Amino acid sequence: MVYSYFPGCTLRAKAKGFDSSALASCKVLGVRFLELQEWQCCGATFPLQIDNSFPLVSPARTLASAKKAGRKLVTLCSACYNVLKRTNHVLREDLDKREKVCAFIEEDYFGDVEVLHLLEILRDKIGFGSLAAKVVSSFRGLPVAAYYGCLLLRPPDEVGIDDPEAPKVLEDFLSSLQCQPVEYPYKTECCGSYVALRPGELTVSPSRLIVESAKSRGAKVIVTSCPLCQFNLDYAQSENVARGEKAVPVVYFTQLLAIALGLGEEVLQFDGHIVPPGLIFQAAGVGGVGA
Amino acid sequence: MKTGVFICHCGLNIGGVVDIPKVLESLSDYDSLGYVTDYRYMCSDPGQQLIKDAIRDKGLTGVVVAACSPAMHESTFRRVAEVAGLNPFRCEMANIREQCSWPHRGEPEKATEKASAIIRASLEKVRRNLELSSLSIPVTRQALVIGGGIAGMQAALDIADAGYKVTLVERLPYIGGHMAQLSETFPTLDCSQCILTPKSSEVGSHPNIDLFTNSEIHAISGYVGNFNVTIRRRTSYVNWDVCNGCGLCMEKCPVKRDSDFELGLAKTKAVSIAFPQAVPNRPVIDSEVCRHFTHGKCGVCEKVCPVGAIDFEQEDTFVDVKTGAIIVATGYDLHPKTKVGEYGYGVVKDVIDGLEFERLNSASGPTQGEIRRPSDGKIPKEIVFIQCVGSRDEENGYPYCSKICCMYTAKHARLYKHKVPDGQPYVFYMDIRAGGKGYEEFVQRTIEEEGVLYLRGRVSRVFEENGKTVVFGVDTLSNKKVEIYGDMVVLATAIIPSHGQTNLARLLKISTDEWGFLSEAHPKLRPVESLTRGIYIAGCAQAPKDIPDSVTQAGSAAAKVLALFSSDTLSHTPEVAFVDEELCRGCGLCIEACAYDARTLDVRRGLAVVNEVLCEGCGACQVACPSGATFQRNMDTAQVMSMIDAVI
Repeated sequence: MVYSYFPGCTLRAKAKGFDSSALASCKVLGVRFLELQEWQCCGATFPLQIDNSFPLVSPARTLASAKKAGRKLVTLCSACYNVLKRTNHVLREDLDKREKVCAFIEEDYFGDVEVLHLLEILRDKIGFGSLAAKVVSSFRGLPVAAYYGCLLLRPPDEVGIDDPEAPKVLEDFLSSLQCQPVEYPYKTECCGSYVALRPGELTVSPSRLIVESAKSRGAKVIVTSCPLCQFNLDYAQSENVARGEKAVPVVYFTQLLAIALGLGEEVLQFDGHIVPPGLIFQAAGVGGVGA
Repeated sequence: MKTGVFICHCGLNIGGVVDIPKVLESLSDYDSLGYVTDYRYMCSDPGQQLIKDAIRDKGLTGVVVAACSPAMHESTFRRVAEVAGLNPFRCEMANIREQCSWPHRGEPEKATEKASAIIRASLEKVRRNLELSSLSIPVTRQALVIGGGIAGMQAALDIADAGYKVTLVERLPYIGGHMAQLSETFPTLDCSQCILTPKSSEVGSHPNIDLFTNSEIHAISGYVGNFNVTIRRRTSYVNWDVCNGCGLCMEKCPVKRDSDFELGLAKTKAVSIAFPQAVPNRPVIDSEVCRHFTHGKCGVCEKVCPVGAIDFEQEDTFVDVKTGAIIVATGYDLHPKTKVGEYGYGVVKDVIDGLEFERLNSASGPTQGEIRRPSDGKIPKEIVFIQCVGSRDEENGYPYCSKICCMYTAKHARLYKHKVPDGQPYVFYMDIRAGGKGYEEFVQRTIEEEGVLYLRGRVSRVFEENGKTVVFGVDTLSNKKVEIYGDMVVLATAIIPSHGQTNLARLLKISTDEWGFLSEAHPKLRPVESLTRGIYIAGCAQAPKDIPDSVTQAGSAAAKVLALFSSDTLSHTPEVAFVDEELCRGCGLCIEACAYDARTLDVRRGLAVVNEVLCEGCGACQVACPSGATFQRNMDTAQVMSMIDAVI
């Protein structure tokens, strides 16, 4: 299994652990990621103004580059996945926009590269059953809450990899690592998103609701596939950490995967995390790293 | 042969586009033309008189009326011809409106040319038209009504009261339909049971009504006036003729199951009568849970029955009936809440639908009319009603409005407030549609005087948190996000056709719309007829509607049936296919081509035979026949060829 890989900016800056844990895990699982020769920012947000095609240029360049590489394109970050998939959809369906964008980037691309999320590869290509068989250090029933946020699921007919109201791909993934998925009502609520760039309560409060709901239902860890969600949910607990109160580590799903596959802390890179994820290692019985 | 041409201006519809003097002129070289004239409105009385006079005075033997579509006025002008002493089938319409002046509004010259060509083609047709007379079909003056809800009962009673026999078939063991489950009815708040029960018992005891409950339509054949129907009476494992409805079997039965009538909010027994006032008041054994069937032993009911009515060996029976007309009144189901992800997929216990709330409200319901929530039986102090769940939501359900939800939600909120005066009801709505006598006033009173909080906006999510039912929504009038930590939620789920309606429609060969509702013959002028003659529709089977509308439509369908029964014969158009027995070689291709089952093969003689009553004169057989043995009366090959010649 060989795929083109689009890491995106955040995975090379704030979310290095997401990148390294995913790449190392995939190696163990026999999946090869070949990073695109040329890639640039995905655009970060999909433009909602219908008469503004300019934000499509950057993701279109990346997609055209993937087409030249001749392989399916995999990404990890929910935001990159959302923007690339929606741009692809526009270039496939909207002939005017396609013409405009292609003329600008001087490429002939019509939305035909398949964009995949790593979760889709785990679910549809490898299969959670075979994944379970490869687990070397099990989480032995650790209660983990899956947090989806918005970008992985919506809009369902353009990007959604699962039922937007009751998704279960992350829960199935967690079960295959022998975690105990925690059901809670906020798993698809918005974390506050880019409002985080401004200081204040605005993002902290929605993020805190998400964390509190997961916590009240017994979650010891929260997993996500979005660097911005990770930051918001983590940051919302900084005061708890400062006061020495109980907090729930927020990690990327690939970091749990790497631990389960027996990989070492060098691929996990928890350094930027506010809530120390030491607990995860205790659960997996691999020592107290990062605690 | 002297043919007259009558060109109608249809005001400016035709006259404003087609140059009529020029058309008149273009016809002048046509031989055997007896008379040509034009008039502003040919369908008006003076216009008709013009035709009558011309037929008599000029001795016309054929008439072409160049005007609108034959679907509009063919029968009008054929009647005119007949009155004037001409065979009506010698009168033809040349459609120069729908097929000429309307689509070619911007090109009057071409339209004029085309109008002339259409008239010439019609002249060619009339020239070869035979003098036909209508076919006559006998009528069985007995009706079949499918569905025993309020619409079906009303239709059956109206026909039965007029003196004709009616067979009423209901799938469930009792009649009354969903109306039997309702507590009170809007806008008068009179008790549903109180107005329904007298009707049910009248149906049950009417000498002209033959009631088949726990039954389904198994097979159907025939045509208007002469349908043959096989009814499958499902076994109840109780001999209803012997049973006296004492209820001892129910009392002693050891097996409990969820009651369908109570929508799972209460338990009943494996042998049960749905509710105490059920008509007929006879029990049915559910063989899927009955211990006699699942474990092979028990038989308590059999032992206690004082009249020996229990019969575990009883099998389904089939009954054949002949009927002249059929009314389909199969009602509705609700869009299942298990399909609504954002409101918890039916997993959150205190999220119920409108019918379940009716049962909680009903004095004979599982809580004796007290509003108690299903999870723990507590009285909800804050209750949220959500309208348009699945309705007006093409992405997640259906594009149509379910019509009754605005009204019943207002009723629910008000009944709740009467029963729980210190409680707070909230209603999330898109906009209020309260068209109907006294309806708007009812909703306004609910909003203004009953303390019900109406919030204009949608709900994004419903979930359970610490024993509360949490509702996230938006109020688009104040532009604020609303979070309600309520105790119970009632969803106004969309009305959908009752399950099995699509299959029934297929069996009856009547059409449905893309959502499965039965299609009416004309949305405005023939709202209770299906496109198949002799089959009528009523109630929610056709579209969502409330009780008054269902009753109205049922009465109207009954009136149509009574009109059909007013004579013991029916006439049918003679413009149908016939087979030249000399030429037919019995290959059977026409039988495959016929969409109306109007053809059979006479194996003994090796010939195709036409059932003229079923034939709609579409001409498919004429095209399919390789031997040229099939013709359509007044549209044979020679006619069609000469019409084409006239046009080109």
